[in-house]
Amino acid sequence: MAIAAVLVVVAGVITWAVLPADPGYSTRDARLPINGVTLDTRFYVPEGASESGKVPALLLGHGFGGTKESVSEDAKELAGQGYAVLTWSARGHGTSTGEIHLNAPDYEVKDAQGLLDWLATQPFVRTDAAGDPRVGVVGGSYGGALALLLAGQDTRVDAIVPMITWNDLGNSLFAGGVFKKAWAGIFFSGGVGGGGIGGAAGLNGTDGGNGTGGPGGPGGGGLGRGAAAQLNPQCGRWARDVCETYLRVAATGKLDDEAKRLLGARSPAATLGRIKAPALLIQGEADSLFPLSEADANARGISAPVRVAWFTGGHDGGQGPTSDQNRVKFLTLQWLDHYVKGTGDKPGGSFTYSRMTGLDPLEQGRLATGFQYESYPGLSGSSTMDIALQGRPQQIANPPNGTPAAVSSLPGAGSLSSLISGVSTELPGQNGNWISAPVEENLNVVGTPTVRIRAASPTGEATLFVKLYDVDQNGQSNLSNGLMAPIRLTGLPADIAQAQPATVTLPAIVRNIEQGHRLRVTIASADQSYLGPAEPMVYTVLAEGAVTLPLLPVTPVATADAFWLYLLIGLVVLLALGVITFIMVGRMRHRRLDRAIIAEHADTPLFVRGLRKEYGKFVAVERIDFTVERGQVVGMLGPNGAGKTTSLRVLMGLIQATAGDVLIFGHRLAPGAPVLSRIGALVEGPGFLPHLTGEDNLRAYWRATGRPWEDSRFEEALQIAGLGDAIGRRVKEYSHGMKQRLAVAQSMLGLPELLVLDEPTDGLDPPQIAEMRRVLQRYATGGRAVLVSSHLLAEVEQTCTHVVVMHKGVVVASGPVQEIVGDTPTTVIEVSDVDLASKVLDRFDGVSYAPDGDRTLVVELGEMSRSAAIAALVQAGVGIDRVAPRRRLEDAFLALVGTSTVGGGDR
Amino acid sequence: MTTVVANGAAVGYSPTRTHTFASEFVRQWKRRRTQLALGFMVLLPLILLVAFEFGDDDDGGGGGGRGQFSALVDVAVAGGLNFALFTVFVSSSFLLVVIFALFHGDTIASEASWGSLRYLLAIPVPRARLLGIKLSVALTYSLLSVALLIGTALALGTLRYGWHPLQSGVSADVPTGEGVLRLLGVAGYMSVTLLVVAGIAFLLSVMTDAPLGAVGGAVLLFIVSSILDQITALGELRNFLPTHFVRSYLGLLTTPMQFDGIVKGTILALAYAALFWGIAFWRFIRKDVTS
Repeated sequence: MAIAAVLVVVAGVITWAVLPADPGYSTRDARLPINGVTLDTRFYVPEGASESGKVPALLLGHGFGGTKESVSEDAKELAGQGYAVLTWSARGHGTSTGEIHLNAPDYEVKDAQGLLDWLATQPFVRTDAAGDPRVGVVGGSYGGALALLLAGQDTRVDAIVPMITWNDLGNSLFAGGVFKKAWAGIFFSGGVGGGGIGGAAGLNGTDGGNGTGGPGGPGGGGLGRGAAAQLNPQCGRWARDVCETYLRVAATGKLDDEAKRLLGARSPAATLGRIKAPALLIQGEADSLFPLSEADANARGISAPVRVAWFTGGHDGGQGPTSDQNRVKFLTLQWLDHYVKGTGDKPGGSFTYSRMTGLDPLEQGRLATGFQYESYPGLSGSSTMDIALQGRPQQIANPPNGTPAAVSSLPGAGSLSSLISGVSTELPGQNGNWISAPVEENLNVVGTPTVRIRAASPTGEATLFVKLYDVDQNGQSNLSNGLMAPIRLTGLPADIAQAQPATVTLPAIVRNIEQGHRLRVTIASADQSYLGPAEPMVYTVLAEGAVTLPLLPVTPVATADAFWLYLLIGLVVLLALGVITFIMVGRMRHRRLDRAIIAEHADTPLFVRGLRKEYGKFVAVERIDFTVERGQVVGMLGPNGAGKTTSLRVLMGLIQATAGDVLIFGHRLAPGAPVLSRIGALVEGPGFLPHLTGEDNLRAYWRATGRPWEDSRFEEALQIAGLGDAIGRRVKEYSHGMKQRLAVAQSMLGLPELLVLDEPTDGLDPPQIAEMRRVLQRYATGGRAVLVSSHLLAEVEQTCTHVVVMHKGVVVASGPVQEIVGDTPTTVIEVSDVDLASKVLDRFDGVSYAPDGDRTLVVELGEMSRSAAIAALVQAGVGIDRVAPRRRLEDAFLALVGTSTVGGGDR
Repeated sequence: MTTVVANGAAVGYSPTRTHTFASEFVRQWKRRRTQLALGFMVLLPLILLVAFEFGDDDDGGGGGGRGQFSALVDVAVAGGLNFALFTVFVSSSFLLVVIFALFHGDTIASEASWGSLRYLLAIPVPRARLLGIKLSVALTYSLLSVALLIGTALALGTLRYGWHPLQSGVSADVPTGEGVLRLLGVAGYMSVTLLVVAGIAFLLSVMTDAPLGAVGGAVLLFIVSSILDQITALGELRNFLPTHFVRSYLGLLTTPMQFDGIVKGTILALAYAALFWGIAFWRFIRKDVTS
């Protein structure tokens, strides 16, 4: 039955697991003509959207080099949350037509405005006014900048969530005046051949386009309708003006005014002031392309409600561990739910960030812990601390053409980069180092550290790369996320003594600098990711004074810990209460039961009435009544299956009787009743610990009773066992007979008032059986009683004073042995002449006989003695061959139970 | 003759004195398998120490394998605390499971197989008391095994590698005093998660006469749970598997410490253990003992 139930449950679970789940949304692909190009779009409509139940909409942009497929996972999740999500491939990407203008206001941004118009026409989309849909814009990197630019250009946008995106493209690509050649090259090639830039493109951040990095291979990312052959090999799908600008600045490494203007038009910096939509700015800490300072600039420029959140991923760090992804998703949904959907509480203004703190046991990856601060503190923390540096001016060499150079980060390698995690390579002769003393306490650095440097250069100009390392006690140094500050200095003297200090703002980091660690400022002359001067030269540099660290107090984000903790405490209390209640109730019940005594049987060792035991439909014991009084040796006789052993097990408290009373010294029997301590038992064979000696077994048994050692009568029990020296050998070496004798001895420990033995002579040889007989008879003196179960009839006849005969679970006879056997002794006489003997015996009164065969007489002698009868026969001339007593108990027994054992035998 | 006690018992008999904790403790102590198990707990750190000696000659050999967990292996020789942590980590997945199952699966089933259970019950030792004492002694031995393992590893590690702060290979170093407390916390939490194994083994011990069946069955079920835990398609259901939070002790090694997984794992372990032990008690108190 139980197995069937389990099978049904298992089958149900498997079916439920196998059935495909309902998606919860529907999709519609369309190619929309907008603003002079055709955009490839996909519209996700959530289930349950209808004319009467309109839903808010979202524009979900993709990263550079991607398509509408890049953000499909995020779109599905958002649709599942009840938003209608419109994704599209930007112009010049995927199968959309047109050229890439890099988010120019008249091109990509106007395209997005056209999409807003389209959304307003959709029947299931909620609108604020005619042509004004209820819409939010979400996107990462390229899509993030689009969100900011769109919000600045079009007031219909109700909320934006730009992620890992830029504030000013010129600043990003020319950090400190030095050209980020590696990133720019990857960025540019993404538009030439269609390969994607790795990194988070949205909430889920499926990597943009077709995997990571690299100039696009043939056919990568979809080039539109077979236009590959017609594309300009230099510019690919780029618009002419952007292409020419890039080629110019990449060659010279300098940002001229025209390029500055072009990039500025495509940057949110100019239009931030016009943004009315509340913005949630999410930026990655592991991002050398658009570092945290870009988001900071955006945050300062937007006057609408702004919230800032940092996470451990980014263009170099991928999406970050699951805990970070969850936090980002949570924040995004919270923002959109309130500002776009109109449900939910207003999100707080607190600032959250995270840091790698260890291993996540469940995810088998790195764990990022989230931290928070009451409001966004900017990049200078809530307090600062200066750590002094030591060292003299050092000379560093710039290699010709910038090769070989240090590698500090791998642009576009996504999560691979985090493995390097700042173990950057520094080349000898190209870097100078200044070390601080060990830090005295843990410092939680959140923001941009600053340091003052001085430099001298033979040409008056220097391109330097300043890095802040965290050095532990073993000398291992770590560069946070591989970030550094490039700086291009002009107007430098040739001699360091005359150089003026310049303050360098290092990139924003989140790091816990442990007590005992040192800080090291390294100034390098070249880096693989940046474009430096081609001429070889030697600079003299000095990092002087102190590093100023921005600090924040450490406040981990409150998780749902408290609830589970209370649950745990509640569970522990509940369990403790349960155990205590169980014990107390058990004790009280036992005390009540144990003291109840039936006075009339208070002195009767054993009183059984109406005992019945059923196992389901099988009746092992039907009805048993008998009594054992003090001084008696009672034998229980019965064929196999009569219920003897079952009754004995009930007596020992091992089995619960189905009905009937068993009173021991007047106390009702129940399993575990204290009155059982007055019974000693041997049932179904010995039970000893095989690894202990015989003596140790008895000692262990007595110790388990908890009774005083003096009461055990140990020596007498050992004598009864009669094992001699073998008592010191391990029980596993004993023969069956030895174990049996030891078991009898164990049952006699403490000289219990009632001894219950099941087949005590099993396995004993005749002298031992005779000895056992004497032991039992001696035992029953002095007010004790013995109950023996056996099917050795001769033994019972000799040992017992009373007999209980059982058959098929019922007592068929009970009483003193003599009563069952009969008063008159029977004799078997073998004679030579049966007729003559018969005539002789006829002459005596009270003698009856029956012939048994042609030579044997079975004679009941009555009052006459055997010797007198024999003498009479001999005198009459009858020859006597044999005179023997007849086993009367066997007769009686077989008469009671029947000679056939079929059907009543072993059950 | 001797009875004037109200509850009918023989003089000198008291249910609360039968089969005391001490007598059961000694009873189990005398068994060879107890001594072997405890001896192995002392031997294992020694074996690991020797293995690390050999390993030092070859090149470290790529951690590779289990990804970030190679971090724990790499710092195993950084000090006494790290060595003890590594020993605990290495034995948590299988060895300690077997130890807990061994001590708990043997409790009733072995007495039943020897035939001595019926004599204990006939003394009479109250059934609930018998179970309770046997359970406590089994728990004591299991915890003693864990303590021996950690203590020996700590002693040997300190002798060989020195007394250094606890490194986790990922985040901050933990000063030695706090490191000892964290190590104890790790050991304590690990024991708590293994209570599930104890529960299953105890229940099987009550239900069967074969001690090896109880031990093997508990280990088998634990392994099945671990296998199911790896099937991510089960999603939320995995949170209810007893082995889901087994590795949450790693949360004690980070700075700041993560207690989320530990709290949930403790709740799960206590719930399962209480359930299985409850069923075991309920069954044993009602059942007909035929062994």
